[in-house]
Amino acid sequence: MNATVPTSPALEPLPTVRIDKLPILLLPALGLIALPLVHSFSTWVTLTFAGLAMGMIIFIIASGLTLVFGLMDVLNFGHGVFITLGAFVATTVMARLAPWADSLSLVRNLMAVVPAMAAGLIVAALVGLVFERLVIRPVYGQPLRQIMITMGGMIIGVELIKALWGAQAIPLLLPEGLRGSILFGDAAVEKYRIIAVVVGLAIFGGMLWVLGRTKVGLLIRAGVQDREMVESLGYRIGRLFIGVFVTGSALAGLGGVMWGMYQQTVTPEMGGQVNVLLFIVIIIGGLGSVGGCFIGSLLVGLVANYAGFLAPKVALFSNILLMVAVLMWRPQGLYPVVKR
Amino acid sequence: MILHRLLSGDLPRSRVLWAVLIAIMAALAFTPFLLPGMKALNVAAKICIFITLVASFDLLMGYTGIVSFAHTMFFGIGAYGVAIAMSNLPPGWGAVAIGVGAALAASLLLSLLIGLFSLRVKAMFYAMITLAVATAFMTLASQLSEYTGGDDGLTFKVPELISPSFQLLERPILGVAIDGRVVAFYLLVAVTVVLFLVMLRIVNSPFGRVLQAIRENAFRAEALGYRIVYYRTASNVLSALFATLAGALLALWLRYNGPDTSLSFEIMIDILLMVVIGGMGTLYGSVVGATLFILVQNYLQDLLKLASDALVKVPVLRDLVHPDRWLLWLGILFVLSVYRFPFGIVGRLRLKALKR
Repeated sequence: MNATVPTSPALEPLPTVRIDKLPILLLPALGLIALPLVHSFSTWVTLTFAGLAMGMIIFIIASGLTLVFGLMDVLNFGHGVFITLGAFVATTVMARLAPWADSLSLVRNLMAVVPAMAAGLIVAALVGLVFERLVIRPVYGQPLRQIMITMGGMIIGVELIKALWGAQAIPLLLPEGLRGSILFGDAAVEKYRIIAVVVGLAIFGGMLWVLGRTKVGLLIRAGVQDREMVESLGYRIGRLFIGVFVTGSALAGLGGVMWGMYQQTVTPEMGGQVNVLLFIVIIIGGLGSVGGCFIGSLLVGLVANYAGFLAPKVALFSNILLMVAVLMWRPQGLYPVVKR
Repeated sequence: MILHRLLSGDLPRSRVLWAVLIAIMAALAFTPFLLPGMKALNVAAKICIFITLVASFDLLMGYTGIVSFAHTMFFGIGAYGVAIAMSNLPPGWGAVAIGVGAALAASLLLSLLIGLFSLRVKAMFYAMITLAVATAFMTLASQLSEYTGGDDGLTFKVPELISPSFQLLERPILGVAIDGRVVAFYLLVAVTVVLFLVMLRIVNSPFGRVLQAIRENAFRAEALGYRIVYYRTASNVLSALFATLAGALLALWLRYNGPDTSLSFEIMIDILLMVVIGGMGTLYGSVVGATLFILVQNYLQDLLKLASDALVKVPVLRDLVHPDRWLLWLGILFVLSVYRFPFGIVGRLRLKALKR
């Protein structure tokens, strides 16, 4: 994470924080190792893009989780429910906007997809606000009860979703204009994956900007490092935390919509399934680190796709093997957060 | 006093709780005679198995303060151990012993490994790691279909004494034919009682006291000279072994095992709910919690059906009391009990008795 320190012009500029580059190098290294194994360059491009797209969606979902943990030591085992919620809201919106979604014009397609994503995001944010108040606030600082209560929140949430939308899977198909692939030479890259990568990069960029260049971001980073110090300077970290939690929920909702479109179907269990992936990602990245979460997500996405092509049986365990490998190298994750 | 020694000095300490426990015991013991029919017997057997499983989870979570999401993994290892042994070897008690032995060895090794590897870290971290490991194990079990039968699972024959076709007595007692199922049921009840008493002994031993000290304040326990990693690992291993035994009982009772019956994450959630609703940190809580939960699971649906039929004209409420939504109501009860009764039903009853 790039961390610039505000300086007054009269003083010597403070030394900037050094960025640990080794974990970043893992990504190209992984790609280069996979290239000779895959043999065909065009397949490699397709796989790499698929991995990046998957990684970006995971990052969108996981980033909120890791920040919330970093800031308040709250690990939300119910994070998955926002994913499911976002996706189900999107199915409703898409069904309402079916004429636009079925239209052949790309602009109209986007007019269906963008509101669906926005609705997923907004509903997840609102529910996140309620969730924080009802479920998480009463158990600050009690890890055992927190695990249980967020789990309970997830059970109730999933059951409510089943009550509202039914327990069966609902298809969430991409509009006509976003299906299919674009050819780069021999390599076919699905259009939707390009969109996922662009959205993911935009969110990562936005997050880096907020965290690195704004006052709110400075406070969040300071809070992750030392909560009590920030509080003693007169800032209400509770407010900040609510903001971060709601943003995290909203991003999970958006990610849920994207994940649903990626999988083409939406089930009430999808949140729980993705949850496991999220935990692996934030453990790999280092709990509380956004940069680590980004690299962890991409690693998981890439490894899943390369392994799925090279050794489908191994692919089922690729995440956990990756986690073990990373933890052997850096037991605290790629970017350990200082206080832990 | 013999009862005192049998219960390791940890008496229920509440008259209501005494009554509830005796009622549960009596109901379980006489199920074949009181409630004839396969459903009642299956529910009673499931209660017995889950009492063991939930008590073993309580040993880890309630007494040591470690949240693990890999508990069903050990439950599954026990069930698969028996299932694999029974479907490959001639069905006799020898095969049962081999299956249980192998499963116990596997659980011992695995829990030791996970414990030493990851119990040094914070509770949160351990919960996440175990969740990931359990998921991977479940995938593994359904992938190794040559041995585990994949998603279809394994159906197998059990020793003759407990197979349904066996008749122990020629004449029925009180109108109930004493067949292999009834024998199996009483064996199950006996094993459950023994395992429960052993666990009660463990948590009330000096070792158990150290576990509780670690739960209350790990730092202070360490300062007193207890190596908390050893104690945590030992607790992890013990609880895994008891869960394995519960799994073996399950497989023997069902004569079948598959990923959904013993490994699924739903079961993990169920036992979490049972421990918390019954009362963490009291083994009696597991008896109350498991009984309540399984009764609700099997009979609340009927009750909800009545409610949803009555509310068929009210749109949203109708969906909320739909028979399939029984878990919603248990989930709400769970969250409420975490807030309001941190020690569950048993803790509540004991507190009441103490105040009087």
